[in-house]
Amino acid sequence: MFARGLKRKSAEDGEDVEGGLAGTQATPSYSLQRQSLLDMSLVKLQLCHMLVEPNLCRSVLIANTVRQIQEEMTQDGTWRVLAPQAAGRAPLDRLVSTEILCRSVREQEGERPAADVGDGRTPGLVPGLSAVPSAQALRSPQSSLWEVDSSRENRGGFQKSLDQIFETLESKTPGSVEELFSDVDSSYYDLDAVLTGMVGSTQSGHGSGLQAFTAAATPPPGSSCRSDLGELDHAVEILVET
Amino acid sequence: MEEDIDTRKINNSFLRDHSYATEADIISTVEFNHTGELLATGDKGGRVVIFQREQESKNQVHRRGEYNVYSTFQSHEPEFDYLKSLEIEEKINKIRWLPQQNAAYFLLSTNDKTVKLWKVSERDKRPEGYNLKDEEGRLRDPATITTLRVPVLRPMDLMVEATPRRVFANAHTYHINSISVNSDYETYMSADDLRINLWNFEITNQSFNIVDIKPANMEELTEVITAAEFHPHHCNSFVYSSSKGTIRLCDMRASALCDRHSKFFEEPEDPSNRSFFSEIISSISDVKFSHSGRYIMTRDYLTVKVWDLNMENRPIETYQVHDYLRSKLCSLYENDCIFDKFECVWNGSDSVIMTGSYNNFFRMFDRNTKRDVTLEASRENSKPRAILKPRKVCVGGKRRKDEISVDSLDFSKKILHTAWHPSENIIAVAATNNLYIFQDKVN
Repeated sequence: MFARGLKRKSAEDGEDVEGGLAGTQATPSYSLQRQSLLDMSLVKLQLCHMLVEPNLCRSVLIANTVRQIQEEMTQDGTWRVLAPQAAGRAPLDRLVSTEILCRSVREQEGERPAADVGDGRTPGLVPGLSAVPSAQALRSPQSSLWEVDSSRENRGGFQKSLDQIFETLESKTPGSVEELFSDVDSSYYDLDAVLTGMVGSTQSGHGSGLQAFTAAATPPPGSSCRSDLGELDHAVEILVET
Repeated sequence: MEEDIDTRKINNSFLRDHSYATEADIISTVEFNHTGELLATGDKGGRVVIFQREQESKNQVHRRGEYNVYSTFQSHEPEFDYLKSLEIEEKINKIRWLPQQNAAYFLLSTNDKTVKLWKVSERDKRPEGYNLKDEEGRLRDPATITTLRVPVLRPMDLMVEATPRRVFANAHTYHINSISVNSDYETYMSADDLRINLWNFEITNQSFNIVDIKPANMEELTEVITAAEFHPHHCNSFVYSSSKGTIRLCDMRASALCDRHSKFFEEPEDPSNRSFFSEIISSISDVKFSHSGRYIMTRDYLTVKVWDLNMENRPIETYQVHDYLRSKLCSLYENDCIFDKFECVWNGSDSVIMTGSYNNFFRMFDRNTKRDVTLEASRENSKPRAILKPRKVCVGGKRRKDEISVDSLDFSKKILHTAWHPSENIIAVAATNNLYIFQDKVN
């Protein structure tokens, strides 16, 4: 009847609260339990979404639990330490996958890739790194990409789940938590509206980025490269999901 | 509480002799009427079955009035919402009786979206001797009619018929969890996850919205309404409970939209018991006024609490229903049992409260003596007219002979719905698809 091998959550939590936040929360077993609870909750939310008509009370309670876990992860440092890598990884990841596009743009403009690699700063990557919230030394693009790759392997599921949290809680993509609660207004997810940049002002960042995307024929070097790639990726995601 | 219980089981489905249960027969609500003469059950298949207590016979003093099936009818049918491409379940969420004002009985029954007022009436006479129709109701050939006569009423076998008198539809976007008849007997309320509507019994095409907690942006939704009830005597007051463990008392005289409460009941959180599940287990699944109107009782996942309406900052009594589950919350979260909604009931004098648990166990708490008992509703463990034996759950250490260990509990056998006769010690307990009726043993 009970899941074997899954440690009792509340007893551990009780101990941790008594012991204070520092130190005990970072124990691997607690992090692992918290992680599995988070994964379980996200799966439940997704299942909710697939059911005939989700039980609203249940969905709200699970979503609140997910938020609680996220808050605690933010507070006890595990979130903060990984956040830059996650945030850095996300745009870097996109850049890796769309680097060819970026490179071809730069080549069009006559920049030499070797020089870019050498001084560790490229137009495409610098804005990506500067998006990182906490101050991290800028690394050469090549090495940083490698680092991200290896760290990604190490973090594995944790990283992936954080991305899931970002996706579900930062209301960037369909399938997020609020979609469960949303009523009939699905204009946000209307592909036509999205691509023509007609999304309402509530989704301001998204809308303006897309407008930049659709308007740009030959994007100027530097900052626009990153935003273009970001929104391209986003549009690709929408296309894939619809 | 020194109560010897005389047991009587009634299986309200025609699967009496079978050991399996079809899902449609799962009982979803149980309610006595105001005199206790009738007991109504609703099931997942949208049916209502009403039991009537037979008259006590002077010849059989030891045999108290038993409950027999009085009427069965299909209250709700499955529907399809074409706009959302979703099925609307026919499961009866709640039944509430209206006080009897004439020979007929009236009750409200509701599924997720629609409330219906049903009239249950008896017919024990029928007219005979029509001129133009024969006994089967067919028209007679006018040429054969030679005499004129007046129809007379003749006795017939008792027939109980249920007719829908009102249908209150299209007022709820979310799932209705509660209905409550007002003490003015002219209005009632229906509550869903985010809104509460006030209806007049005579008017079906409109209702007043009296509570609305839907946020402008659904992304900000963190709390829902879980139950609501009118005050038993003050027709302007009602309470509603939330998924965050709070209860709000509202006064309809204050404003048309009762978004601001008159009283707010919440117990401060115990920091030593804090976990990721704290909020979920604090979610209130049922709220009931005492018959006196002075107290409210709430049920959350692990406890039953009694609140004094005059004290908002904490309950006056807290009873542990199955605290041994506190260390199992993660598993119960995984198998979704943590979201089970248990109901709770008062006895007629407000001295005893009752609620259900798992393994077909149900619990009673005597508020005066502070004694409590765990009983089991199951065919295997009780023969008709046998006295129910108190049960005990072993929480650790050596298990005694008659105890059951926590890990042996059957979590699929949950008692969510119970009812207590308004004046006597008769209780109705719904265990999945079976209805058990227990009463005090007559000495």
